[in-house]
Amino acid sequence: METLLGLDYPTLWFLVVGGLFAGYAILDGFDFGAGAWHLFLKKEESRRIALNAIGPVWDGNEVWLVIGGGALFAGFPIMYATFFSSMYIPFMLFLVFIIFRAISIEFRSKEKMLWWRKMWDISYSVSSIALAFLLGVVLGNVLQGIAIGEKLTYSGSGFFEFLNPFALLVGFTSLFLFMTHGAIYLILKTEGRLFAKMTKLLKKSYFLFLLFFILMSVYTFVFIPHLAAIFKSKLYLIIVPILTILSIANVPRLTNKHAYGWAFFFSSLTIALLMVLVAFGLYPNLLYSTIDQKYSLTIYNSAASIKSLKIMMIIVAIGTPLVLGYTIFVYKTFSGKVKLDETSY
Amino acid sequence: METEILARIQFAFTVGFHYIYPPLSIGLGLILVLFESLYLKTKNEDYHQLARFWTKIFAITFGIGVATGIVMEFEFGTNWATYSRFVGDIFGSALAAEGIFAFALESGFLGILLFGWNRVPKWVHLVSTIGVFLGSMFSAVWIVVANSWQQTPAGFHIVGKGFSARAEITDFWQMVFNPSSVDRLTHTWIGAFLAGSFLVLSVHAYYILKGKHLDISKKAFKIALFVATFFSLAQLFTGHKSADGVAKNQPAKLAAMEGHYVKNAPADLYLFGWVNQNTQKVNGLRIKGGLSFLVHQDFNKKIIGLNHFPKDEQPSQVNAVFQFYHLMVLIGMTLIGLTVLSLFYLVKGNLYEKKWLLRIFVFSAILPQLANQFGWFTAEMGRQPWVVYGLLRTDQAFSQAVSANQILFSLILFFFVYLLLFLLFIYMLNKKIKHGISDLEDKSKLSLNAKYE
Ligand code: HDD
Ligand code: HEM
Ligand code: HEM
Repeated sequence: METLLGLDYPTLWFLVVGGLFAGYAILDGFDFGAGAWHLFLKKEESRRIALNAIGPVWDGNEVWLVIGGGALFAGFPIMYATFFSSMYIPFMLFLVFIIFRAISIEFRSKEKMLWWRKMWDISYSVSSIALAFLLGVVLGNVLQGIAIGEKLTYSGSGFFEFLNPFALLVGFTSLFLFMTHGAIYLILKTEGRLFAKMTKLLKKSYFLFLLFFILMSVYTFVFIPHLAAIFKSKLYLIIVPILTILSIANVPRLTNKHAYGWAFFFSSLTIALLMVLVAFGLYPNLLYSTIDQKYSLTIYNSAASIKSLKIMMIIVAIGTPLVLGYTIFVYKTFSGKVKLDETSY
Repeated sequence: METEILARIQFAFTVGFHYIYPPLSIGLGLILVLFESLYLKTKNEDYHQLARFWTKIFAITFGIGVATGIVMEFEFGTNWATYSRFVGDIFGSALAAEGIFAFALESGFLGILLFGWNRVPKWVHLVSTIGVFLGSMFSAVWIVVANSWQQTPAGFHIVGKGFSARAEITDFWQMVFNPSSVDRLTHTWIGAFLAGSFLVLSVHAYYILKGKHLDISKKAFKIALFVATFFSLAQLFTGHKSADGVAKNQPAKLAAMEGHYVKNAPADLYLFGWVNQNTQKVNGLRIKGGLSFLVHQDFNKKIIGLNHFPKDEQPSQVNAVFQFYHLMVLIGMTLIGLTVLSLFYLVKGNLYEKKWLLRIFVFSAILPQLANQFGWFTAEMGRQPWVVYGLLRTDQAFSQAVSANQILFSLILFFFVYLLLFLLFIYMLNKKIKHGISDLEDKSKLSLNAKYE
């Protein structure tokens, strides 16, 4: 098979898709986290500041999901089709919550009435929590594999099969990870009492995250042999979890030293490393069949044609610098602590 | 069967709902660019006020457009899995290009457009507005290219057989510039400009009638009227080009659009009518041989009729295609009439005294919206029974793994969510319009120290 820089095209595209989803998790991750804390903030001013902390950027962050989804469709259409139709219910719920998050942000501050604001606050926070959780649940199902039978179709049963113990564990892990990440983001963007409050809340989510992370890891080694086997067979891979743990450990160390910018860097790095871990856990599979390994979707049997992958590599090569350019510009424009003005939410 | 019908209803419902907003975002984007450029050029505060006012309305349409668009992207995988496998190689690259080139541009600069008024120099703000507008134009490019490929496939070959058959790309540019892309793209763009400019016309006509914001509204009305007139006329040309393309590439669709059944005969053009699918006759007012004339510039030339195709390759809803098509054209003509007449009065200097005309304009915003919907219904229903014209049938394209119950569940869910969205949209739009233009300070801010316990 043709290669570029020593990697074949499906592998390259696997990296592109992985990179996009990692970017999405880091970026929209702090939006979800900030949203999840929303109801913990009791004053109108705090809520508005927290909302406006993500105000100018959340929509741009969401685009990473759109691009990631498009990249998956484009590069691995078989995976996209099989997986999305298998996970029908969680995806539909995800879509509904993503709509509710968007309209809650949009409409919350447009009316004075207390009931109106309270209602949207609840809808905003619940959607953010649900989204952070559902992302984890979906990821959990990918890691664990699903019942793919002949003809690439799902032969599982039941409305709620996607809510299995492992998926729930991953769901909670990702929720608390994003809450930690979001808390640091809010600390960076706020001052005074809200700032002080977030430094306290950060500790709570951090603790819960560690707890679920450990539970999830143990569960993986005991109950998910095909994942455990990968790490047993390639011992050097153990470096990734070690780096991840070092990176996580850095977060409280740095917040204690008031180096919040760096703490945010390390919470982002943690998310990235966890995605690397996922990538190693899967490669070269995309979706493990729990019925028979021969039905598993791999990057090879579900990839688009080499021609198409090549075209898309060109598109990515042209597009990425552009996207990075204006993303940096937008974040620069809105850097620093939040100040409310007449354009704010 | 049941699954198929439900999947189709869900797709038509969600895409139809989505398509209320993109045309407004694209069209208002153009208007915003105009207002803001005029502000920078003339330093006239009125244009600044207009830009700020319409930005707020733009924010609402854009927000809902994005939220409902994400649904569409996921729906391909969830509901149309077989279709996605079949076209992924081709469709995917268009969708990926759309994400990277269009959506990222749009949403990146949106933050500055909405929240950057006090943070960046004026010209940087204008550049951001242009960025958002171009982004929305590009997003139309890629999605329309993808859809046009479904209508008139090109630049591909079929690999594999039966269940695992799929289209693979052989020539990217041939795929992009497939026979219908350019015609349909220009037609869709202009449809969007009309949707945006007519909303502006309708709101400012309302203000003028109420005697509110008179000066500013007259300025805005004039600009929007120029835009609307120009594009109403242009739409006739792009529409005609599209029809020509359909005649060449999708004869069954053309035949359905005019209810032309007879195998190979001169075809009539109906001003209006009703197709009886059993007797295969159309009752209505017609120009004999008109369709032949439009296609071949000759009233007696023959045109392929529906019966040329096997029964199971004819669109099943001929009358619906006919009606949607004719309504679109009727609306197109109405828009031309309205704008040209108003332009005439504007030049004569008595436009703002014609209360009856302004009253019509207040309600006119609905017309391009309807034409846009009817246009898509014509194009999509006329393409049936194919999802990919001549290659993949709709009844084979939906997800095998999804049950009718699951779709029913999501359909009901979306129905209520979208109903809520639509009511909120109308409520907010109405509120912003009632509230008026000038007072920037209003964000209906609650006193900052309210507490929630
Ligand atoms: C003519 C233009 C047009 C058409 C036919 C469609 N859309 Fe759309 N779409 C837009 C024009 C647009 C737009 C103008 O770019 C958005 C951004 C804001 C808005 O109101 O609409 C949009 C938003 C939007 C988004 C959110 C993007 C973001 O996060 O910024 C997605 C994922 C889609 N669309 C996907 C689709 C799909 C899968 C369609 C087909 C079934 C579709 N759109 C039809
Ligand atoms: C590109 C991928 C697309 C696919 C796979 C697709 C597929 C379909 C299918 C299967 C139907 C149901 C047809 C029927 O019930 O007769 C449909 C209907 C429809 N589509 Fe598309 N479509 C696509 C793009 C679009 C776009 C971009 C629009 C524009 C916004 C659009 C607008 C519509 C409308 C308005 C209908 C309703 C017509 C009807 O119910 O027949 N579609 N489409
Ligand atoms: C003035 C006379 C018009 C004519 C002759 C005309 C013709 C057509 C034709 C033939 C199609 C089908 C194209 C295809 O299936 O490939 C179409 C589709 C469409 N029309 Fe029109 N049209 C007219 C006016 C309008 C107006 C005023 C609008 C909106 C404001 C509009 C919006 C659309 C849209 C959104 C589509 C679907 C996209 C597409 O297929 O291009 N049309 N039109």
